[in-house]
Amino acid sequence: MSKTVKQQILISGVGGQGVLFVTGLLAEAAINKGLPVFTSETHGMAQRGGTVVSHFKVGDFSSPLIRPFKADGLLVLKDENIAQHGSFLRKGGWAVVNSGNDLKIEKTLTASGVDADKLAQEISNPKSVNLIVLGYALARAGQKAGNGINLFCSLSEIKKVLRKGFGNRKPLLEASIRALEAGYKAFKK
Amino acid sequence: MSKRRLLLGNEAIARGLIESGCTIATSYPGTPASEILAAVAYFQNEESLSMHTQWAVNEKIAFEIAYAGCQTGLRAAVSMKQVGLNVASDPLMSAAYMGINGGFVLISADDPGPHSSQTEQDSRLMAMFAKIPVLDPDSPRQAKELMRVAYEISELFKTPVMVRPTTRVCHSRQDISLGPIPKNKRQAKFEKNPARWAATPKFRLQLHRELEEKLAAIAKYRQTAPKKLNRKAKSDKAIIASGVAAAHTKDILKELKLWSKIPFYQVIQPFPLHSKFIEHIIKSHEDVLVIEETMGVIEMQLADRYRVKGKLSNTVPRVGELGPEKIQEIVSEFIGLRSEAFTIKTAPGRRPTLCPGCPHRASFFAIKKAAPRGIYTSDIGCYTLGLNLGAVDTVLCMGAAISQAAGFYHAYKTEKKRPDIVATIGDSTFFHAGVPALIDAVVQKVGFVLVILDNRTTAMTGNQPTPATGSGACGESTETVDIESLVRGCGVKFIRESNPYELTEFIALLKEAVRYSRKNGPAVVISRYPCVLHRARQGEAGEYIPVEVSETCDGCGYCIKHFECPALIYHENAEEKHVRIDPILCTSCGVCLNVCPKGAFVEKKSAAGSKE
Repeated sequence: MSKTVKQQILISGVGGQGVLFVTGLLAEAAINKGLPVFTSETHGMAQRGGTVVSHFKVGDFSSPLIRPFKADGLLVLKDENIAQHGSFLRKGGWAVVNSGNDLKIEKTLTASGVDADKLAQEISNPKSVNLIVLGYALARAGQKAGNGINLFCSLSEIKKVLRKGFGNRKPLLEASIRALEAGYKAFKK
Repeated sequence: MSKRRLLLGNEAIARGLIESGCTIATSYPGTPASEILAAVAYFQNEESLSMHTQWAVNEKIAFEIAYAGCQTGLRAAVSMKQVGLNVASDPLMSAAYMGINGGFVLISADDPGPHSSQTEQDSRLMAMFAKIPVLDPDSPRQAKELMRVAYEISELFKTPVMVRPTTRVCHSRQDISLGPIPKNKRQAKFEKNPARWAATPKFRLQLHRELEEKLAAIAKYRQTAPKKLNRKAKSDKAIIASGVAAAHTKDILKELKLWSKIPFYQVIQPFPLHSKFIEHIIKSHEDVLVIEETMGVIEMQLADRYRVKGKLSNTVPRVGELGPEKIQEIVSEFIGLRSEAFTIKTAPGRRPTLCPGCPHRASFFAIKKAAPRGIYTSDIGCYTLGLNLGAVDTVLCMGAAISQAAGFYHAYKTEKKRPDIVATIGDSTFFHAGVPALIDAVVQKVGFVLVILDNRTTAMTGNQPTPATGSGACGESTETVDIESLVRGCGVKFIRESNPYELTEFIALLKEAVRYSRKNGPAVVISRYPCVLHRARQGEAGEYIPVEVSETCDGCGYCIKHFECPALIYHENAEEKHVRIDPILCTSCGVCLNVCPKGAFVEKKSAAGSKE
């Protein structure tokens, strides 16, 4: 991937879902590829069960925030947040939404849903919704045609970040990789 | 190339301090500044540095400790959020006059929005008020760089220097190169000079004169002069911006293809604004737009009301954060481009709420039971969210729960019907500003109940220690101050300590406290149970009582309204009138067993044992 890569991704969820964790993984993956990265987070009172949103930018940017209708991609960990953050997506942008229901995004044809809550229960890791959604997006990024999307990093690059981050905490690492793969495979099905 | 690391703005600030040879760092936690000191401690441990890093009991004390450190010739720093600076404003005003010996940097983080604050106040105006220079970084990377610059100015001109990041700088992450850390440690050496360090009013006049001379010189200091970022651009119009607003503006000018056309100046040092820059702007441009957060600090120093547009002229909104979409509208309008609305109306997000299993929720529920028609004064912290349960009527500022309770008591003193008054305050906030207020309440025999919500940590800002915790910023063990003894020392006669999870007993205790307070003055109840987040981080296990909803539930909604636990799910429009428990969110605290008037919450029999 060249230095001219420029992508803006909005990650939206509620406090406790691990929005910041996913943002961190993407950011570390960008650093490993030698790309400039800029993210913006929600802290403090809003984190207490309220809406949490991260702005993630890779490439040459001065501003840490994404403007409405400018995001290339959207990771939504709670489907109710589409009402709040759906309009950040640019025309033709992609979205991956944790949802058990039919999606109601009109602006784009490249939105897809994954029932991450259910998958998380299935793998007995209820707090892994964030990684499942990311895994699903990474699977879509691997596709060239059809439902494929443009994402600057791959599944193996995210796994590498997890391995480095968790180091010797084996059970945590294994559970995280399992969640990531559950999301990844959900797309293949 | 040196090591690149992903750093949060606050971590970048901390790194900048360490790379500048700062050896005394103090703070009181407050969003968005909290992570600065934690990151100083992190780098201190990582690099095995010999320095003093501490959480102080409040911002005033943090300021004074760091200030004395610089009086010995060391480089010191104090960090806080903007409203914390209100608390520290007393030493700030005086320190500006006295000047410094070593290097002194004050970091005051503003919160336009506000995202997590009581006000949108602009610390740069506070710097102007105190007559000290202030620097305004646009990104984590620049924030780190400005720490070095701040110490240079501080030592060159013998003045405290403020650096004012905003939330978007503090809580952004960027890849940043780490630099070396100076090896040579300075030695502390306090040179006595009472004429300066203990100046009487007569000498203060002289110091004030010196201060004005310093400011005039700083307004000529070249390193921090505003920069024209697009040197070739020429126009009658010009745009000036500082802080993160400058970063947004830069991207927008490029995208609108105005970069080569409209001169764009970034101000690094909003006060004192460089005198030559002021002259240059007024001479060279007919029409000038100033974009800054949150007040017109640069704008008011460009004293030409005809050419200069900004907050004072109502061109730029005076209220709220200047998001990039807002700036795009303002810039388009100023240039005369087709004005398009870029701001979108979005649905409101979820309101913040106390965590499932939070001991505060149990305390608030009990307070409403014990004093159903009372006045509930509260304070700054997670427990402000007691609002959602209808158990918080007032929140003013740190420590005011107690003094406002006193005010309400005195206001109603001569009335026939006097309401019960229950104040809530967190442990850290009690230490911060509650103690003097409690002494006052004892002296005036104020009839009220004070519930100290002792969850053993400063929870809202990320679980920093309190004076009762017994550990310091670097994880070292410290002496502790016992809250009960402190309350006793303030002269309170009624003091009880209890666990709010034992809801029935806790309500009974509060009722006793309320009865006592009606005749005898202040009653204090220490509600003691550790924060759930803190427990999770420490890997502490607790007692788990799994709960289920029995058939008795008729969907009356009482628990939803009065207990407001996020783990309780109830849709009014659903066909089935029944409350459900979200298994992901529920912490099995068991408090809800005593909440339902119909007893619909029951202990789950099968699933005894522990939960991960």
